[in-house]
Amino acid sequence: MVSRAKRLVRGGICALALAPLMHALAAAPAAENSGGWGLLNMPEGVTSVSREIHDIHMVVFWICVWIGVLVFGVMFYSMFAHRKSRGHKPATFHESTTVELVWTIIPALILIVMAFPATRTLKELYDTSEADLDIKVTGYQWKWRYDYLGTDVGYMSELATTQASVYGQAPKTQFYLEEVTEPVVIPVGKKVRFLITGADVIHSWWVPELGVKRDAIPGFVNETWALAKEPGIYRGRCAELCGKDHAFMPIVVNAVPEEEFNTWLAAKQADAAALRELTEKTFTLEELMAKGDEVYGRSCASCHGASGEGIPGAFPALKGSAIAQGPVADHLDIVVNGKPGTAMQAFGAQLSEVDLAAVITYERNAWGNKTEDNIVQPADVFQFKQER
Amino acid sequence: MAGSPARKTALRLALAVPVMFAFAVFVMPPLYDAFCEVTGLGGKTAGRYVNEAPAVDSERMVKVQFLTTNNGTMPWEFRAPAEAVRLHPGESTRVTFYARNVTQHDMVAQAIPSVAPANAARYLHKTQCFCFNRQPLQAGEAAEMPVVFFVDPELPAAVTTITLSYTLFDVTDRQGAGVAAVN
Amino acid sequence: MAHGPAKGIRRWLFATNHKDIGTMYLWFSFTMFLLGGFFAMVVRAELFEPGMQIVRPEFFNQMTTMHGLIMVFGAIMPVFVGLANWMIPMMIGAPDMALPRMNNLSFWILPFGFTLLASTLFMEGGAPNFGWTFYAPLSTTYAPPTVNFFIFGIHIIGASSIMGSINIIATILNLRAPGMTLMKMPLFAWTWLITAFLLIAVMPVLAGAVTMMLMDINFGTSFFDAAGGGDPVLFQHIFWFFGHPEVYIIIIPAFGVISAIIPTFSRKPLFGYSSMVYATAAIAFLSFIVWAHHMFTVGMPIAGELYFMYATLLIAVPTGVKVFNWVSTMFRGAITFETPMLFAIAFVVLFTLGGFTGVMLAIAPADIQYHDSYFVVAHFHYVMVAGALFSSTAAVYYWLPKWCGRMYNETMGKVHFWVSFIGFNITFFPQHFLGLAGMPRRYADYSLQFADWNMVSSIGAFIYGASQLLFLYNVIATIVAGRKVSDPKIWEGAEGLEWTLPTPAPYHTFSTPPAVK
Repeated sequence: MVSRAKRLVRGGICALALAPLMHALAAAPAAENSGGWGLLNMPEGVTSVSREIHDIHMVVFWICVWIGVLVFGVMFYSMFAHRKSRGHKPATFHESTTVELVWTIIPALILIVMAFPATRTLKELYDTSEADLDIKVTGYQWKWRYDYLGTDVGYMSELATTQASVYGQAPKTQFYLEEVTEPVVIPVGKKVRFLITGADVIHSWWVPELGVKRDAIPGFVNETWALAKEPGIYRGRCAELCGKDHAFMPIVVNAVPEEEFNTWLAAKQADAAALRELTEKTFTLEELMAKGDEVYGRSCASCHGASGEGIPGAFPALKGSAIAQGPVADHLDIVVNGKPGTAMQAFGAQLSEVDLAAVITYERNAWGNKTEDNIVQPADVFQFKQER
Repeated sequence: MAGSPARKTALRLALAVPVMFAFAVFVMPPLYDAFCEVTGLGGKTAGRYVNEAPAVDSERMVKVQFLTTNNGTMPWEFRAPAEAVRLHPGESTRVTFYARNVTQHDMVAQAIPSVAPANAARYLHKTQCFCFNRQPLQAGEAAEMPVVFFVDPELPAAVTTITLSYTLFDVTDRQGAGVAAVN
Repeated sequence: MAHGPAKGIRRWLFATNHKDIGTMYLWFSFTMFLLGGFFAMVVRAELFEPGMQIVRPEFFNQMTTMHGLIMVFGAIMPVFVGLANWMIPMMIGAPDMALPRMNNLSFWILPFGFTLLASTLFMEGGAPNFGWTFYAPLSTTYAPPTVNFFIFGIHIIGASSIMGSINIIATILNLRAPGMTLMKMPLFAWTWLITAFLLIAVMPVLAGAVTMMLMDINFGTSFFDAAGGGDPVLFQHIFWFFGHPEVYIIIIPAFGVISAIIPTFSRKPLFGYSSMVYATAAIAFLSFIVWAHHMFTVGMPIAGELYFMYATLLIAVPTGVKVFNWVSTMFRGAITFETPMLFAIAFVVLFTLGGFTGVMLAIAPADIQYHDSYFVVAHFHYVMVAGALFSSTAAVYYWLPKWCGRMYNETMGKVHFWVSFIGFNITFFPQHFLGLAGMPRRYADYSLQFADWNMVSSIGAFIYGASQLLFLYNVIATIVAGRKVSDPKIWEGAEGLEWTLPTPAPYHTFSTPPAVK
């Protein structure tokens, strides 16, 4: 005797097993980048490659759905119709060469059908020839560097979200963990080749809307490309585990019309010249501290702590440290040249003279640190770099 | 209980263990290197080119682009003389990179080359390269580091730009004679 | 010969009896399952909402790494060795395992290996934080000082697996009852035979990989260090040459379990026995030639990508055969839905879903978007949790009455199933969405658009985690005070030698070989 409730429960097996599948089915065409519950599918993106990838993804997805409906359909039918509780007597068959051949050959054919578009897209994805612009992308623990080849424009792009925001002491804004100090700018409608490498561990440069993901491997150079068809801001992330702040090195690509791009590039080159001028200037302690606070939060705080407390056993504290309160030359040396064999990078190549002077001054005065030579000027940094 | 046939089976199986271990440690790395060299996998270039140079193909122009990267904690100044050179396949070119040890310590560096696209790697032949040897520099010292190379005329027609990238590593604390054999 | 077990602790410390050792394996793996599960709870609690609330990012990485290592090497692999120890001699009519003393050793070094591994959590620098795939140079040049403990731990675990495998092969090849030809063996024995060969082939490769790491870290070699002419990508090739067979090592014994349970509760013989054997062998063979599909974004030449894509797609064929065979076994049977059957049916459905996403991942250009995202996390949890864990849970419910002569509480079993099933899907189904929308795996924190589905996933994880405590309670309650059963054939539709033995199974199995028709 089967009660109605029991039947319902048993029917529920079917319903529940299928529910997620059906959910995906219903949701498949959605995927506006508006956030939250609606984010269910791969973005179509703005390059021909990303769109082809999206199409293949959808084709394979629907093939899988239909195979699923067929196979699970038969299974759920048996579960319903061939229950012992309904008095079904078991058959005894246990093989059929014909049937088994059929379900070996048909899936193989379906796979061959899938392989064709996949091969075509892969070939396109690998065709990096005849690019209009080359950008070198270097992965660092935990930030990206972009160099525009053939110009002297090159800069670090770091997480702009503050530690306070991460640790809940400040509100999380719209682009929490998706904002950087400076995005990589590319011209719309131009083929941009990305030359990707890593400076320490392996990272992976992933921008879903460009259909680009390529590993950044130390000692090796990888290449890929994108041709953005629409202007916009495209946000991506590091996709290969690279240590502590793996989740905190986002990518922001700003695709702008070609003219705007040219203006931007010219301005960047002028900026580089202006920065050299700034290096000559003498700053007040207040100016340096304000700038230093900002640089510290961006480049140092994730290891040495927001208040210079460090992480015991992994990263030394700067609060009360001998270096931050000792001779300027030693302090300059470790910040500019790094410390070999540790996670302390050589920031001399990553930060400008102004930023270096500011952050060193900041470390020598913040958190109760006290020392004789408490101010370091950009010119001091410049001279230090020359003298070495 | 455990008869000797079982022991025999076990012994035979146990033999497979050191064999597979040795396969992983002694066979896979050189096999992989050989494979890389043939296919250019990972953009690895071959070592010093020793054969006769082929004829120059003056019909074709190839752009060879230079990249320099300092590995994480390497503070030296390191740069290429130009963004790129243009040359005919078969034509030998000498390019001089510049490095300066900006620290107050004597250091030793090793440059590691890599080529993109990967399928061009085996068509870039170096007859002389600073990457064949380690580069020691005293505190504050600078050096000109030459590389002499040519592009094989067999280079696939689709390739118009080759990127030659050097990453500079700090190997001051390392023992041994360098990595000439694998570059 | 017919003496009982030794008294007290000696029974376990010096155990040579396959049932005692099997029991220890099962309890050990369940302990590890709870530990690895606890780490997963920490991970999901941290990911409950954006921002860092509970742990710091470096500790988060230790949690994901330890979760992966403990679940793969501590929970899933040993649970199947435990099942093999218990069931294979009973299934093939053998008195015990072929090499009982090695059996003892292979078990008892496991707790040492895992103690070594887990102790790193309390050391300076913390536990391994480079992911269970431990890619160089993050795991070499940039590793915490405890990496050496991790390496020795892996060596010990590997040695244990190899000894276990040798024992299983020696048992199956030498101790079958007269008349028990290979093609008459239950599929569980067959799948384990194949798995054991895979293990012997690839565990030494893993040992080689960690040994090369050890050399790089401590003795100045440069296998994986670009600075010395090595290649970090070589590490990935060696790792996945081990790693891909490894994932089949985890799932193939599960095929054997499911192939035992579905016929029993369908009251109909397994459909396509020989094609099941060939399909398993085919999957095992293919597992050696597809490894680089884990590396579609490292920048392989296009020919390599194409080859690995095509070869990987091929795996869908024998895997499909298995699923079709299970469904055909159920077709026109007389099906009942006891707890083991519920788990087995859930296995077929969810494992197939994991298989579908596997096909999607095999498509190299699409993998550019999927790779290292939560889509991958969802995919492998569908095959690892719903595949390997659901099947081993099914196996425990299925054989527990045979082992201890007491019946588990069916209602509680069903509740356990439904809570697990629902909790599992709430946890992992949304992770498909997260991955497709662009959330990478191993992220300690995420941007706001991922918040909703992450919260759902975390809630599901807590439900799934809690339901395992119910399982623990049910098993203990059964052993201590379950309803006594004595029918040799616990399940009406069960076939095979293990069901000809008295219930509970006697301490020594088949002292005289049974006759096999």
